[in-house]
Amino acid sequence: MAAKTLKINGTMISAREGESILEAARDSGVSIPTLCHLDGLSDVGACRLCIVDVGGRLRPACTTAVAEGMDIQTNTEQLRAYRRQIVELLFAERGHVCAVCVASGHCELQNLAVSLGMDHVRYDYLAPTCTVDISHQRFGIDHNRCVLCTRCVRACDEVEGVHTWDISGRGTSARIISDLNQPWGDAESCTSCGKCLLACPTGALFQRGSTVAEMEHASGRIAVIVESRRVRG
Amino acid sequence: MDLHELQQIARRERERRRRIRIHCCTSLGCHASNAIEIKRRLEEAVIAAGLEGEIEVAGVGCMGFCGHGPMVEIDPENILYEYVSPDDAPSIVASIHGGACTAGRGDKNHPFFARQYPIVRKNGGKIDPERIEEYIAAGGYRSLYRAINEMTPAEVIDEITRSGLRGRGGAGYPTGLKWATVAKSRGDRRFVVCNGDEGDPGAFMDRSVLESDPHLVLEGMSIAAYAVGADQGYVYVRGEYPLAIERLQKAINQAKKHSLLGSQIFDSALDFRVDIRVGAGAFVCGEETALIASIEGGRGQPRPRPPYPAESGLWGKPTLINNVETFANIASIIERGSAWYSGIGTESSRGTKVFALTGKICNTGLVEVPMGMTLREIVEGLGGGAPDGGTVKAVQTGGPSGGCIPASLFDTPVDYESLAKVGSIMGSGGMVVMDEATNMVELAKFYMEFCMDESCGKCIPCRVGTVQIYRLLEKITAGEATPADVDQLRALCQLVRDTSLCGLGQSAPNPVISTLKYFPEEYDALIKP
Repeated sequence: MAAKTLKINGTMISAREGESILEAARDSGVSIPTLCHLDGLSDVGACRLCIVDVGGRLRPACTTAVAEGMDIQTNTEQLRAYRRQIVELLFAERGHVCAVCVASGHCELQNLAVSLGMDHVRYDYLAPTCTVDISHQRFGIDHNRCVLCTRCVRACDEVEGVHTWDISGRGTSARIISDLNQPWGDAESCTSCGKCLLACPTGALFQRGSTVAEMEHASGRIAVIVESRRVRG
Repeated sequence: MDLHELQQIARRERERRRRIRIHCCTSLGCHASNAIEIKRRLEEAVIAAGLEGEIEVAGVGCMGFCGHGPMVEIDPENILYEYVSPDDAPSIVASIHGGACTAGRGDKNHPFFARQYPIVRKNGGKIDPERIEEYIAAGGYRSLYRAINEMTPAEVIDEITRSGLRGRGGAGYPTGLKWATVAKSRGDRRFVVCNGDEGDPGAFMDRSVLESDPHLVLEGMSIAAYAVGADQGYVYVRGEYPLAIERLQKAINQAKKHSLLGSQIFDSALDFRVDIRVGAGAFVCGEETALIASIEGGRGQPRPRPPYPAESGLWGKPTLINNVETFANIASIIERGSAWYSGIGTESSRGTKVFALTGKICNTGLVEVPMGMTLREIVEGLGGGAPDGGTVKAVQTGGPSGGCIPASLFDTPVDYESLAKVGSIMGSGGMVVMDEATNMVELAKFYMEFCMDESCGKCIPCRVGTVQIYRLLEKITAGEATPADVDQLRALCQLVRDTSLCGLGQSAPNPVISTLKYFPEEYDALIKP
């Protein structure tokens, strides 16, 4: 496999052919914010937080493969402003109230807001009516906290091989659904493996009985499962 | 099927024809204004007059002048009747032998017709789209024969490249280059897909082509299949076009029956089958990767490119996706040569483009004009300007993805580059004309509402950004916005344009950006100090 040489933030680095800009950057110690990306799952390029400037064009780092001679900027003023705006849009989209959230303190959305300096929201809160489904014996889903990153959908499909989760509707009306839009507890395909809980970046998917700030996701477990399967063939 | 058989079908069709044909438009616009009843009454009138030996009535495709329909034409006398009602039928038949006619006379020398250059619409209003014999008699399927028997696939691609044809779906990617990429991409199977998911409000070019001349599209697809080495094609048509779907299915069945689709076409090694896939009402499925996902049976949402479909498309195989109008140009280019085609239009944009003229304009309908014609000529010359003595203020090209061009820039030639320079796009060919009564902020809001409703929800900037832009526009039109809100609006437009995943989001802010640029006073008038 040929190696590629490229420039990130002015520094020359080498990368493996076929690798994404995100992987190459992380290998060289450059961190790029992400939300819909999760190690071990396929990439969909949906959250747009990992956009980087490749020779004047904005590209998602997670789905753009490295190429020889690329000149990449990962942290320009414009990129920081866009990322902040995107996180703001998410906070305005549904009911994200950290003070009463099970994931507070362990939430990727919250961490993004902190790291991007997003201390207030300039947009109208859309305040949609969202349901909370606790029909499952052990788990629950609170759609108020869902950011539609589809990590649960991919973890269920790609790692557990079940595809209980999917999306219905479109635009801001899109919702994560289980099986044929049934209550989670009635979804016969669900194996109750809990991988979707591992994958969820916010408090949307939670262990029943957990209270404020108690829900830790251990999302790194997904990559461990995938990697150990790969090693064992 | 061989060339001899093709010629025989054409000869038999010519012999079958009566001396005079009454063409009755049965395309959707006229169809909706009672054209089927008009056709029935015309047939009755011919029988009542005992003229069956001399006159035949043919249901034909779109004549283009939709705003003046239903249209009826006497061929070869070249007499046109407009706003025809069923009761006019007997007098139309009588007029052929000198009787007075109660129907209104249309003018074939009107600039609306005279300034057109029909290539894609060459058979529109002339042949019955439901009879393959008429298409063959008009020279149909000769180009496919010629491509297969007289040219190598590489020569076909070369011919298309030299013609200068660019994708008519909107982005204007060079068609020959796309074909060459698909032909060279590695894969054990290749596909040809025709994008008929025309979704821009005010655009109906592709529907009209599919309804009026479905074989022209099928022939173009077959030539493409030969050129790139595909054995299966799909036409993706939106479900809102039932008549187009019905006629296309009929055309596919007829082509199969005549071995013009299927195995060993023209006794060559070319196997090519075509199936229809019907869209379920999502605008985003016009985006090629979303369209592919939809054909595969998945949720119609886009994925990041690259890889482009030419390399990895349907089921991961190299896939050629062209728009209906692009395919409809192919047979003519093969028939008349790339030199002829590249002689039409401008240096960078060759050939013709079909536009759908709608809105505040006298002559609503379809026009096919050479690229490079000015907006003024199209809107005022062919379109006749605004009705009731109004003044045209602007024209929106490219639908919700396009921009608003003010009347002061109407000397802009219509080609891909010039339209981009003034902040709009060619788009698929919709032209919505606005007069003084139209509020441009309301217009921008209308298009933003459309994009907001049609956003698939996959990427955040488009999913939530369009809603926030719409809300700001609502605030402005309600007279409640401050200058800070306008700054917010600009910043959001920039975000959605620069960071959205697919073309829908990237172009969604265009109507707002262009109206802010050209009509700032209309925004200012609504802003609280």
